[in-house]
Amino acid sequence: MIPLNDTVTQWLLIAAVVLPLLGAAAALLPAPPGLRGPGGPERDVLRHGVTVSGAVLLLTLALAAAFDRDRPGVQAETDVSWIPSLGARIHLGVDGISLPLLVLSALLTFLCALYAYVRPPAGGDPRAFVAFVLLLEGGTLATFAVLDLLLFFLAFETVLVPMYFLIARWGGEGRGPAAWRFVLYTVLGSVVMLLGLLLIGLRAGTFDMIALAEAHGEGLTHTTQLLAVLAIGIGLAVKTPMWPLHSWLPDAHTAAPTVGSVLLAGVLLKMGTYGLVRIALPIAPDGMRTFAPYLGAFAVAGIVYASLACLALVRQGAGGDLKRLIAYSSVGHMGFVLLGIATLTPTGVNGALFANVAHGLITGLLFFLVGALKERTGTTDLDRLAGAGGAALYGRTPRFGGLLAFAAVASLGLPGLAGFWGELLAMLGAFDPAAGLSRPAYLTYAAVAGGGTLLTAAYMLLVVRRVCMGDPVPGDPTAHLPGALPDLRRHEFAAYGPLAALTLLAGLWPALLLDLTDPAVRHLLPGVAG
Amino acid sequence: MTTLADRLTQSVDWAVIAPPVITAVTAVVVLVADLFLPAARKRLLGPIALAGLALAALALVPLRHGDRVTFCLADGPGACSYAADRFAVLVQLLVLGGALLTALLSLQETDPRSGDSALPGGEYWFLLLSSVTGAALLPASRDLATLIIALEVTTLPAYALVALRKGGDGPEAALKFFLTSVAATAVTLLGVSFVYAASGSLHLGEIASGLSAADPRLATLAEAGVALTLVGFAFKTAAVPFHFWVPETYLGAPLPVAAYLSVVGKTAGLAGLVVLTARGFPDHGHLWGPVLAALAGLTMTVGNAAALRATEDAPGGAVRLLAWSSVGQAGYLLVPIAAGAYVGADEAMGTLLAYALMYAAANLGAFAVVAYAGRRSPGQRLADYRGLWARQPLAALALGFFLLCLAGLPPGVIGLFAKVAVLRTAVDAGLGVLAVVMAVNVAVALYYYLRWTALLFRPAPPAAAAEAPADGPGDAARPGRSLAGAIGLAAAAALAFSGAPQLILGFTTDAFL
Repeated sequence: MIPLNDTVTQWLLIAAVVLPLLGAAAALLPAPPGLRGPGGPERDVLRHGVTVSGAVLLLTLALAAAFDRDRPGVQAETDVSWIPSLGARIHLGVDGISLPLLVLSALLTFLCALYAYVRPPAGGDPRAFVAFVLLLEGGTLATFAVLDLLLFFLAFETVLVPMYFLIARWGGEGRGPAAWRFVLYTVLGSVVMLLGLLLIGLRAGTFDMIALAEAHGEGLTHTTQLLAVLAIGIGLAVKTPMWPLHSWLPDAHTAAPTVGSVLLAGVLLKMGTYGLVRIALPIAPDGMRTFAPYLGAFAVAGIVYASLACLALVRQGAGGDLKRLIAYSSVGHMGFVLLGIATLTPTGVNGALFANVAHGLITGLLFFLVGALKERTGTTDLDRLAGAGGAALYGRTPRFGGLLAFAAVASLGLPGLAGFWGELLAMLGAFDPAAGLSRPAYLTYAAVAGGGTLLTAAYMLLVVRRVCMGDPVPGDPTAHLPGALPDLRRHEFAAYGPLAALTLLAGLWPALLLDLTDPAVRHLLPGVAG
Repeated sequence: MTTLADRLTQSVDWAVIAPPVITAVTAVVVLVADLFLPAARKRLLGPIALAGLALAALALVPLRHGDRVTFCLADGPGACSYAADRFAVLVQLLVLGGALLTALLSLQETDPRSGDSALPGGEYWFLLLSSVTGAALLPASRDLATLIIALEVTTLPAYALVALRKGGDGPEAALKFFLTSVAATAVTLLGVSFVYAASGSLHLGEIASGLSAADPRLATLAEAGVALTLVGFAFKTAAVPFHFWVPETYLGAPLPVAAYLSVVGKTAGLAGLVVLTARGFPDHGHLWGPVLAALAGLTMTVGNAAALRATEDAPGGAVRLLAWSSVGQAGYLLVPIAAGAYVGADEAMGTLLAYALMYAAANLGAFAVVAYAGRRSPGQRLADYRGLWARQPLAALALGFFLLCLAGLPPGVIGLFAKVAVLRTAVDAGLGVLAVVMAVNVAVALYYYLRWTALLFRPAPPAAAAEAPADGPGDAARPGRSLAGAIGLAAAAALAFSGAPQLILGFTTDAFL
């Protein structure tokens, strides 16, 4: 830890939120003469994206370095009045829950910008592309940094427009309807969430998350809490996404460009679960306790449903799309996160937060790799890729194939990699849920979720077998693939390396993350003895 | 000696009534000047009208404290016909500001140099200013007679304005507008007579006390009067089911007139409605509260559902979309008025004002960009906006911003918070169902706003790109300075509101009564 005084960290956080927004506006302007490089204005603006997101990453890293792990509660706090008549305040701060997500978002955006710099987006108009990516970054960082309900809603909505355009403008086949479905689902969810937020704010008399969390639901009647959790929960469940509200996700992921998929899976989905931990859990504990068993049931249903969907997609001759498969696997992973939250125990919630971050790293990496695969082979259709014999990436591109297999086994939760701990802790939490929750029900959930991990392992290994192994049969549909594909290039190492390294690090040294989240979780959860 | 004169005449404080009077005088000046100016000088009429509107807006400055009244009865201290309270002054500011922007939009249409298609300057400016006079008078009226006259002065010139363009659908649209409007006025007058019969006064303050003290046998009469009176105002705000005139009228009317009706006409009607409900019938909240809530829900649903059906290739699609969207927005604007029955008039008035200011800036801005883009593609199809970002980046950014403000999505921050404020009053008033209906409507409306925004950033179809030079540079390159100015003003207002929402949301907690 680097000791920095509060004013410095406060400004670091403000800068991290504001810089991408300014960068987005600046991306639309022509480059000043001093910043013009070779390659024309298109390269200039893509470089601008790398510079800004890199600077933001450094800011968040500095913030993480200066974070005092021994102090529970919020640090780097800013609290100024903004719209007194609505009671909205500009209240920013980080704690152990939001800090990992801030760093993760900044990291993924930086890697995406880097990737876009080397491989400019296929839809043209890099100016608008960079502006939207930076606006998206600003919105996500703000979502994780704000501590005011109305501001949270504003930040939550900010990401919609850029994500819509990233899919609709730079996406692949079927992008139009997919982008619409994404936007309409999420907006419908978030306006319902707004009603819940307003209900809480009006009944409690404040929109301040910290004050509300410290009250632990005091001053809110049981009915208010029920209605609020229901409304907020629906909004966040759409974003997470929770089965059965997930149906926008596979289409959006399949149609989105690589950068869009990575940010959608790695950053946007986290906003839903983060909101549950940050808002629903501490602010309306009564309502949450009522709905937790249902949340758990939906969560495990999602785990099983997603695994079965993936198994159906991976079958030979099913015409399954690799991106769609990873999207469904996201639904399953987010099911574990939701299960962890539904246990209402520190163990489960810590597991949920861990799984959240791990999913961002691993699924981000998977989407990057699938994007690169599409770039090399022109398709993500499993049958066209693998055919009957398998795509044999191990043989054709050893390093690429190895990394893909690494990401796949990380995703299925192999011990020693990041995916393991979150799922384990979530199930551990379900084994011993919070007082007042039905233990038999949670034991069932834990058992079903355990079965889900087996199914996950099954389809992930099938993916590895079909894509990485194999021996191309002559006359197979894969014959169109050249015998030798280009292996990992330097820029690809630069983009994927950090994610792979962090996956390994978080798997081997989970305390790195858990030490950060645990004090904050205990601080937020009511009635939990140290 | 003097007592008789005192009783028969009312004191007139000219400074208080200056804003409507200045507009009225300017209207007459323009009409007369049109007769005497040589044809070459007729383009000066526009600047004269603009100057008059600016002067009227300046006349609001001494009234900003909102404590001046005039036309008071000598014997009843509480009975004044005209009150420039804060609410009235702020609505007048909105009306005059909106009229200024409309005037900027109209400068080119009325320029005699633009050939046969030009609108006749003298008549146009006279009618516009007359209508503005009525709209400025409306929020300050404190008796039913003045209120009705103001309402008629606002709408009567509007029929003529709609029909002003030669050929096209204008006259037919105006006739429909006129007939439905007259019917609504007749119903209102009937309602007024009932209310007068039950309460014995035309002054709103005295009606409020008179109705509650009225003979119980007259209760039905009073309630019928209240309901009928509100019908006329519902018509002016294009509330469903009194909305049928809107799309055709907007399509048939010259574009600036459509912009004017959608913002100034609507705001005036709503201000009248809120003055009427909050000051005249505060004790009948149980009657008009649910009715207005139902109207609000219906209006936004019908407006948004119709706007969803807009197709890309239909001629006039852009204007039609704005017309239906303004019906939907009228629904949101009705929500705080309905909530006023339960939460108190101050919050209702403030929220209405905040939302109306946001709506005025964003909607007039959108109309300005549509007028600007319409010079190149007069067909006004939505498809014509494809690729605007590549041709005119600033106009595209401005239109995108206005549409997102109307939709309530960031970066249109003020649109979002204005909607939050409206939803908040609804939740506060316990109108849970209406809040949910509005929430769903906001999500649905996003579809068409965002679709239009998305069109701006699509690459232009190759056909349009090829025909662009054939347009002739003369037409597209003609300086649209007044239009650009209007866009700039609206964008500046919307940006300022977005950066500092407190500027207008502050009204939601102010006291107006």
